[in-house]
Amino acid sequence: MSEQQHTYTEADRADGVEPDMVDQNNAPASDAPESPAVAPMNMIQALNSALDVKMAEDPDVLSFGEDAGYFGGVFRVTDHLQKKHGLTRSFDAPISECGIVAAAIGMGAYGLRPVVEIQFADYIYPAYDQIVSEAAKLRYRSAGMFTSPITIRSPYGGGIFGGQTHSQSPESLFTHIAGLKVVIPSNPYDAKGLLTAAIEDDDPVIFFEPKRLYNGPFDGWHEKPVSPWKAQELAQVPTGKYLEPIGKARVMKEGSDVTILCYGTMVWVSLAGAEHAGVDAEVIDLRTLVPLDIETIEASVKKTGRCVIVHEAPKTSGFGAELSALVQERCFYHLEAPIARVTGWDTPYPHAFEWEYFPGPERVAEALKATMKGGR
Amino acid sequence: MKKPNTQPLSLRVPEPSGRPGDKPDFSHLKLDAPGAVDRPAVSTAPFDMRDHAFRLVRVLDDDGQAVGPWNPKLDAETLRRGLKAMILTRAFDDRMHRAHRQGKTSFYMKCTGEEAIAVAQGMILSREDMGFPTYRQQGLLIARGYPLVDMMNQIYSNAADPIKGRQLPIMYSSREYGFFTISGNLGTQVPQAVGWAMASAYKGDDRIAISWIGDGATAEGDFHNALTFAAVYRAPVILNVVNNQWAISSFMGIAGGLETTFASKAIGYGLPALRVDGNDFLAVWAATQWAEERARTNQGATVIELFTYRGAPHSTSDDPSRYRPGDEHEKWPLGDPIARLKQHLIALGEWSDAQQEAAEKEAVEQVRAAGRESEAIGTLGQSRPSVKTMFEEVYATEDWRLIEQRREVGV
Repeated sequence: MSEQQHTYTEADRADGVEPDMVDQNNAPASDAPESPAVAPMNMIQALNSALDVKMAEDPDVLSFGEDAGYFGGVFRVTDHLQKKHGLTRSFDAPISECGIVAAAIGMGAYGLRPVVEIQFADYIYPAYDQIVSEAAKLRYRSAGMFTSPITIRSPYGGGIFGGQTHSQSPESLFTHIAGLKVVIPSNPYDAKGLLTAAIEDDDPVIFFEPKRLYNGPFDGWHEKPVSPWKAQELAQVPTGKYLEPIGKARVMKEGSDVTILCYGTMVWVSLAGAEHAGVDAEVIDLRTLVPLDIETIEASVKKTGRCVIVHEAPKTSGFGAELSALVQERCFYHLEAPIARVTGWDTPYPHAFEWEYFPGPERVAEALKATMKGGR
Repeated sequence: MKKPNTQPLSLRVPEPSGRPGDKPDFSHLKLDAPGAVDRPAVSTAPFDMRDHAFRLVRVLDDDGQAVGPWNPKLDAETLRRGLKAMILTRAFDDRMHRAHRQGKTSFYMKCTGEEAIAVAQGMILSREDMGFPTYRQQGLLIARGYPLVDMMNQIYSNAADPIKGRQLPIMYSSREYGFFTISGNLGTQVPQAVGWAMASAYKGDDRIAISWIGDGATAEGDFHNALTFAAVYRAPVILNVVNNQWAISSFMGIAGGLETTFASKAIGYGLPALRVDGNDFLAVWAATQWAEERARTNQGATVIELFTYRGAPHSTSDDPSRYRPGDEHEKWPLGDPIARLKQHLIALGEWSDAQQEAAEKEAVEQVRAAGRESEAIGTLGQSRPSVKTMFEEVYATEDWRLIEQRREVGV
């Protein structure tokens, strides 16, 4: 579990652990004595910076959630916000996901822009009725008299030995709901730009944060140490305000052989998988599932003629099924091989079998090779 | 190994005191006499007034006199306005219930016997405050003078429906009149009301929120989450539980009403509770005013149980003769809210039977006129908003899916 933050100790060294393998403390970007225009940030720092900048700019933005006030959240995303912006603007909430989301809906209807944290995506289900029946429907059912401009942040996904209650990827439970937007960044730059855009969005946004990427990009080679974000171009984050558009994918790597559609942690796994397979893949980080950047997807698949979809969530009715259907509907006559899906299995998330469950670069590579051969 | 009991375990399922064919039996009700319950100072700590959760605040006695410390001492004009709004609410209900039978709409829900609640509370609070109603607070809109024709247009889902045919009949919405969009998912509005009140407090505003929930839906988690949040953040909100004895066919015992009062649920959360005769306009008024003052002076939320009886079927899709004694409503020991306020005004010398008759006639006329206007636009199916609007307001801006799907429909 990466809930606890560590500093590297003698005991770690004695255990044969390298410094890079231990999470370092995340000093919030806003604490820097003099903010440069751009600073290296990990995902946590970038998300924290987005909240900090928006709260400084707009008094109607506030943040709350379980352990998200004084303590700053179990992953530290809301660290220092209470100290800097005040008790009523960043506070702790009861362990009541339903209550947290419902309160946010009421605040949003009043005219505020609350950002709430659901501690783990696996805990979001008590709030499901409030999200699905209420937040998603207010605008429609009141013909625009009441709206729900709220942001629901939540760490999701596996790769941290969290077992079934700290590893799930429930995005398709929300992409299925008219009225919701679903955003999943894969790197610090997008995390800040997209969270800022989500807060400014006039509709409810489900903002899933791939917790395996919080401290460093993870390419799925789990035996290898994690590389720090600071080495990555997408971790050079402006300290001021900027927006990344919701509804726009990012082409992470151009390629001509096959299109990989992915998001969250799987972006980095897909890049590693393509390299491992030695295939010239075009890797598309969807960034937002709803609304989906269908133009970018369509153009890429028409160019490559092949499509592999990668997500952590179970296969059945996963978002990959929707992507696969859309690609088939729009690009059928350009396809040279069946569309392939690399996903989590249709089992609950198994603690002891994390790496058999988690779609790694080997499985991505196999799917790519099979697709290059024209199918399985 | 299994441990033997002295006697076998048995499962208990609560049953009401009467079923169809039985004589109504209300002997289990413990009703305080009018004027018997003291009125604590608004600043009283919840713990020090916990007994109020088990009492019943009543003001009007059997002779129509206002008695005791909760008498709000309203002027005759306010009383007449309240009575007329209740009469109009009942006339509206009768007309729309008939409209359903006549095939003009798909669904309707009356609030017969509960008119005092929404009418009194709608009059006390301002339109600037936000009400988070259930489907039985039409009196709130009517007391505030919301156009009846717009209510009907909503019920008919016609071209002039303010919410564009998007909701089941009676699920009104009006920001302007302090009436939050009604949800058919029970209980969800209560924690939202708390959030709205928290926002008002966060902004240093003057406005407060008020919500309603039925006795049955207090079993939903949302109600309990709402009470936790209201207490923790001292939200300026009035949390009403309308205990009308019946949740469709389940009597209040299925929601836990035999074990304790609904008002007493507040005690565990550290909130003050009042239990009030919901058929007594003056008692509803006084209790609401007490809670309002508490909220407006930053002392937080109050839970009010409004003890009443659902006189009509749950909805037009329901037939209560299949699960409760037919004359239970007539025998309800707390009477009818309209009859009782009328009696009070007459006792004050401020009203007469002739005036009552005239007011009832006028209400029927007013509803009939609105009905003509709305039916001229169209009843359900005769008229409706443009099909194109089906795809609007899902989001602030339509995405490509909605644009494509709208084209597929050909609009």
